[in-house]
Amino acid sequence: MSEISQAQPDYNYKVVRQFTIMTIVWGIIGMSLGVLIAAQLFAPALNFDIPWLTYSRLRPLHTNAVIFAFGGCALFATSYYIVQRTSQVRLFSDKLASFTFWGWQAVIVAAVITLPLGITGSKEYAELEWPIDILITLVWVAYIINFFGTLVIRKTSHIYVANWFLGAFMLTVAVLHIGNSMAIPLSFTKSYSLYAGAVDAMMQWWYGHNAVGFFLTAGFLGMMYYFVPKQAGRPVYSYRLSIVHFWALISLYIWAGPHHLHYTALPDWTQSLGMVMSVILFVPSWGGMINGIMTLSGAWHKLRTDPVLRFLIVSLSFYGMSTFEGPMMAIKTVNALSHYTDWTIGHVHSGALGWVAMVSIGSVYHLIPVLFAQRSMYSTKLINVHFWLTTIGVVLYIVAMWMSGVLQGLMWRAVNADGTLTYSFVESLEASKPFYVVRFIGGVFVVAGMLIMAYNTYMTIRAPKHSLGEEPASAAA
Amino acid sequence: MSMFWTIWISVITLGSIFGCYWLLRWCLSNKTGVPEGESMGHEFDGIIEINNPLPKWWTILFYVCIVWGLVYLVLYPGLGAYKGLLGWTSSNQGILSLEESKAKQQEAIANNELVQYDREIKFANERFDPIFAEYAKVPVEELMHNEEAVKVGQRLFLQNCAQCHGSDARGQNGGFPNLTDDDWLYGGSGDKIKETLVNGRQGVMPGWLAPFGEQGIKEIVAYTLSLSGREVNETLRDAGRVRFAACAACHGMDGKGNQMIGAPNLTDNIWLYGGSQRAVTETLNHGRNGVMPAFDKTLGEDKIHVVATYVYSLSNK
Repeated sequence: MSEISQAQPDYNYKVVRQFTIMTIVWGIIGMSLGVLIAAQLFAPALNFDIPWLTYSRLRPLHTNAVIFAFGGCALFATSYYIVQRTSQVRLFSDKLASFTFWGWQAVIVAAVITLPLGITGSKEYAELEWPIDILITLVWVAYIINFFGTLVIRKTSHIYVANWFLGAFMLTVAVLHIGNSMAIPLSFTKSYSLYAGAVDAMMQWWYGHNAVGFFLTAGFLGMMYYFVPKQAGRPVYSYRLSIVHFWALISLYIWAGPHHLHYTALPDWTQSLGMVMSVILFVPSWGGMINGIMTLSGAWHKLRTDPVLRFLIVSLSFYGMSTFEGPMMAIKTVNALSHYTDWTIGHVHSGALGWVAMVSIGSVYHLIPVLFAQRSMYSTKLINVHFWLTTIGVVLYIVAMWMSGVLQGLMWRAVNADGTLTYSFVESLEASKPFYVVRFIGGVFVVAGMLIMAYNTYMTIRAPKHSLGEEPASAAA
Repeated sequence: MSMFWTIWISVITLGSIFGCYWLLRWCLSNKTGVPEGESMGHEFDGIIEINNPLPKWWTILFYVCIVWGLVYLVLYPGLGAYKGLLGWTSSNQGILSLEESKAKQQEAIANNELVQYDREIKFANERFDPIFAEYAKVPVEELMHNEEAVKVGQRLFLQNCAQCHGSDARGQNGGFPNLTDDDWLYGGSGDKIKETLVNGRQGVMPGWLAPFGEQGIKEIVAYTLSLSGREVNETLRDAGRVRFAACAACHGMDGKGNQMIGAPNLTDNIWLYGGSQRAVTETLNHGRNGVMPAFDKTLGEDKIHVVATYVYSLSNK
């Protein structure tokens, strides 16, 4: 990991540093909000009768903060880092880079202010009102220009696979964001969607599921394709596999949205298409997992000593698990049981915490020593503690939500001999309560890990340059 | 859906699926010019890529999923206006009313069409309707002694009525009456309860601020509260008694209400919209509109009979 001393272009690490630090900050804030609203579900008094702190307003803030603030900053940081290092050239424009950083932080701060005030467009994961949407668009276009501009002036012959994924993520998110956020403004703080009825619902989930597919999957696969081989010190397993799974993944994901609208007013044919494509999607998703995990072949022993690699590899396991679960839940008959239950919440978090957060955390632990001129983090032991806190927390969370979700699904459909429903809704809520407590505990574990990460990062940055870690015995690549 | 859209949808759907198939075939054999298992020869920041073949089990899985997807699209609707070989639909999409839904349902069942919702409803009706028809033969006042029937009624109540009246049927402030207290707006006999459920009710209390003015309202509020034995200013009360003639048209001279029109009894200290001075003033100032929806179309008379039995049993132990 001693890349510092090598002769290399003068990379723009400033923007990477900024985004990396904010990844940790927003991670702590976003996940803490999640823990608070998880607690509100079994102890409603925790909203303190203050409208700003009610579940309904903090929930969108939680999702926006973890997806776009934590996940977004992680993607900005790693993509700017990866595109420079794998293209052997400094970023296309420092000014644009700086604009994307401050612009993106402004978007997040605007979210932190407006969502608790109840200013919302009410579309899931796209709640922010139109003036903020416009700012997002500007930042995003600057991001795209900067990223692709860097690829254009690259010094390498090919474009590395990580950049295919990052590029696809950026372009598609632009299309999704603009398409779904089209609205007619009523005032500065209120607008109405351009679409109506089932079309609006379809637009929303075309956006919603591809926020998962491109923001939370393609982008993070790009991250994976750089940091896994780099941390493991191994070549990427299969170039051909990366070609097949890249093109299949991006062409199939865009269809998957309708599976959020099974058995609704959406036409049957649209539902079927969404389901068929979602099921086929399972295979290219696993292509990415296989390529990542097999990259480790010949270096499995490193897992014993390197908790950063452990973060990355376990994230791939969670990725594999949730991309099996997702297509299964997209099947209509399974969806009839799972839809509207906590199973969905469990599924989302096995992806969001298990995959997205863990691969980001692993990557950030790889990045920080490089960015702040150290050979290693302040404490590898603390990384290990963080790893176990996260793993235990995520498992507690997912298992609790699986059990609660399946229980809800079964209770809702239970019918007596006379055809009446066996349980009232309140009874299913009562049954879920213990699982809500377990989920909360899982969340506390995850946040505790993030706080340890913040401490470890602070100590790493504070230490005198080049003072941490052992002197390299041999010149590593 | 026009032909254009069907073709459009089919082309991009099948194009995507066959595109994946072609991509898979193309990458199965080694066309890279590099021997299998060796580096592709590019290097990115120290990372190299190996030209390993696609895992066999994964390739087979891909084929299986593609074939399954195509078979599904032949059997079920998916490719635009094409209906699928099975003729399956989830429900009669596009209907606009309950009547239309029921008519379509009869039609689908008569023609043996595979409409999933209609089939499930038919199955449920055949199985459960006789149970309720049997219950409906016994008058409510008698059926309440059938424990099983009361339980069934309670479950229906929890699914259909608890949203407003609460899961314990004690109602809630804001116009949702308590059903356990033997105080009835429209009458508490089995038949009256059924009538309320079948046709619904519209309770209208007009606002009196314009004719009486603030002072007048104050007086009537005082008198009204005094009817339930509440302590009030006597001067106001006595003035209110005179004005109450206007209220008596519905609530009666004695204030005991009129079940024919759903005018509440004002002498029992039970308040549909709250009994505080402020709440009663609000009621008198601006009036109230109470709505109990009709359930004849959704539940049907036989089930209503059983719900009514449960409701009746709450205040007739």
